[in-house]
Amino acid sequence: MNGAAFLALLARDVHVARRNALQLLFQTFLQPLLFVFIFGRVMVGSGYMPPAYKSLLLPGIMAITMVFTGIWAVAMPLIAEFQWTREIEDRLLAPIEISWVAIEKVLAGLIQAMIAGLIVLPLGQLILRPGLEFNISPALFIVMVILVAAFSAAGGLALGCSMDQQHIGLMFSMVLTPMIFFGCTYYPWSALDKFPILQKIVLINPLAYASEGLRASVVPQFPHIPTGYVLLALAFFDGLLLAMGLRQFQKKAVG
Amino acid sequence: MDSAIRTHELRKVYHSAPPAAAGRPPASAPKRSKDAKPQITALDGIDLDVARGGIFGLLGPNGAGKSTTVGILTTRIRPTSGTAWVGGHDVWQDQTAAKRQIGVVAQRPNLDFSLTAREILQFHGAYFGLNSRERSQRATELLDRFKLTERADELVRGFSGGMMQRVSIARAMMHDPQVLFLDEPSVGLDPQTRLLLWEIIREYNQKGRTILLTTHNMEEADALCQRLAIIDHGRIIASGTPQDLKASIPGGFLLRMRFAQQLAPLLEKLGTLPGVTEVRSTGDSAVDLYASRGGALIPEIVSTAASYSIDLADVHISEPSLENLFLHHTGRSLRE
Repeated sequence: MNGAAFLALLARDVHVARRNALQLLFQTFLQPLLFVFIFGRVMVGSGYMPPAYKSLLLPGIMAITMVFTGIWAVAMPLIAEFQWTREIEDRLLAPIEISWVAIEKVLAGLIQAMIAGLIVLPLGQLILRPGLEFNISPALFIVMVILVAAFSAAGGLALGCSMDQQHIGLMFSMVLTPMIFFGCTYYPWSALDKFPILQKIVLINPLAYASEGLRASVVPQFPHIPTGYVLLALAFFDGLLLAMGLRQFQKKAVG
Repeated sequence: MDSAIRTHELRKVYHSAPPAAAGRPPASAPKRSKDAKPQITALDGIDLDVARGGIFGLLGPNGAGKSTTVGILTTRIRPTSGTAWVGGHDVWQDQTAAKRQIGVVAQRPNLDFSLTAREILQFHGAYFGLNSRERSQRATELLDRFKLTERADELVRGFSGGMMQRVSIARAMMHDPQVLFLDEPSVGLDPQTRLLLWEIIREYNQKGRTILLTTHNMEEADALCQRLAIIDHGRIIASGTPQDLKASIPGGFLLRMRFAQQLAPLLEKLGTLPGVTEVRSTGDSAVDLYASRGGALIPEIVSTAASYSIDLADVHISEPSLENLFLHHTGRSLRE
């Protein structure tokens, strides 16, 4: 591996992200914060939702934000750059193994997803105060944030390398939307106790572990999937998606 | 070993349409294999040996296999079989070492649309380990050389095709590679820019660098290349210096003629005229005649035809050229 080339590739992505910072900011935070405001503030304030829902909701929103950001940050540029413009070609010709070009993309996406998660949490807190009951366990929180960010970025690589430009709309409606609604984001996994079949099915959805994991590290007082299982499942999906993504990337990169 | 580029028995069979970067699909008809996947043979055993420090041209029509050859030599297309070396490194065994040696200008501009022209050059330099002083100095020089300074700090998204092509070429030279690949470098350039490009290519070559370019433009091949390989349907059909190649055409001159009608005895008779080396019927009434003389032959041809009561309807004389060479080997024009 060529460290200097890897860092230069990363510097390029940071440079481009900085150039598009304002757009990225709105794209990343507007929707989740509106959601937090309506469901956490308006619905709770008007009595339709119990006050405890605030604390329950925010880790789920954090999971959605991170997963969306990571997938978007990796998949969208890849889809575009592998298509007509072949913009990625210059980076594929850099003196470094091709897989490292993909890994750099994942790392850049992972960083973006982490930043997004770490910003949406305090912003949500600002909107929801008072009545939030956070009991953050720092070490577990850090591990969860990294695992969730890695899942989102590796997922972005896998999706971005298996989709064509004309299927982006389909990707959102067929993959990401069901993932979010069946991802224990707006409700805890235990809320599905009354729907035993659905409760089993959602376990194939990696986002369910992301939400439950963040819940376990931010609001452990609520029931959640045991932390050990969550860590295991997230590590499994991280590895699986990265391996799939790298394979697809190789296929796309070399004719 | 003094080869900058070498290939041995390079073959490439596509199981689906070749990538867009490899140009249009080859003219050879797709064959159906047992598993019913269409197979397209883009390269059918290419052997190349390009000496260090030369300008080498791959000349051929669209879909001949030029871009696929370049793709394999630049780690972008995996060969079905055969071996390719650049600067002594097996391209498919040691990709990173091979990539260090080369600069590549693809047929279609593939610039980083999120960056400005200057940033494109600087980041490219960074990928190849240039330090920041070298990067900005070299980028400034190249932008100036390619007459891009004025718009160097604009996003390339808004550039014209010709400007993008110039940025692409500057980028490929940024890390001063030993071997420079240019795939159809002058397509889409206006004549003035084309001359600038030729000048820059020669200049780069004078520093001892090797250049491999593909073209379907004979004029370019003739003006720029020290050696040429003519490629068609994935095979090399002739190679050598432009002079040698042109000299190898029988007779040198080509007279393309149409008669009011065609008779075998007339063709035979034409073949016996002094200086005529080959006569070929190319259609109903069309005849290609290779000869060591051009216009001086016309009166004799006319009177020979008249003795069979046939009128010469049309004649086109061309001097020895690579176009004629291609025509001679393939029966088709390069432009077709």
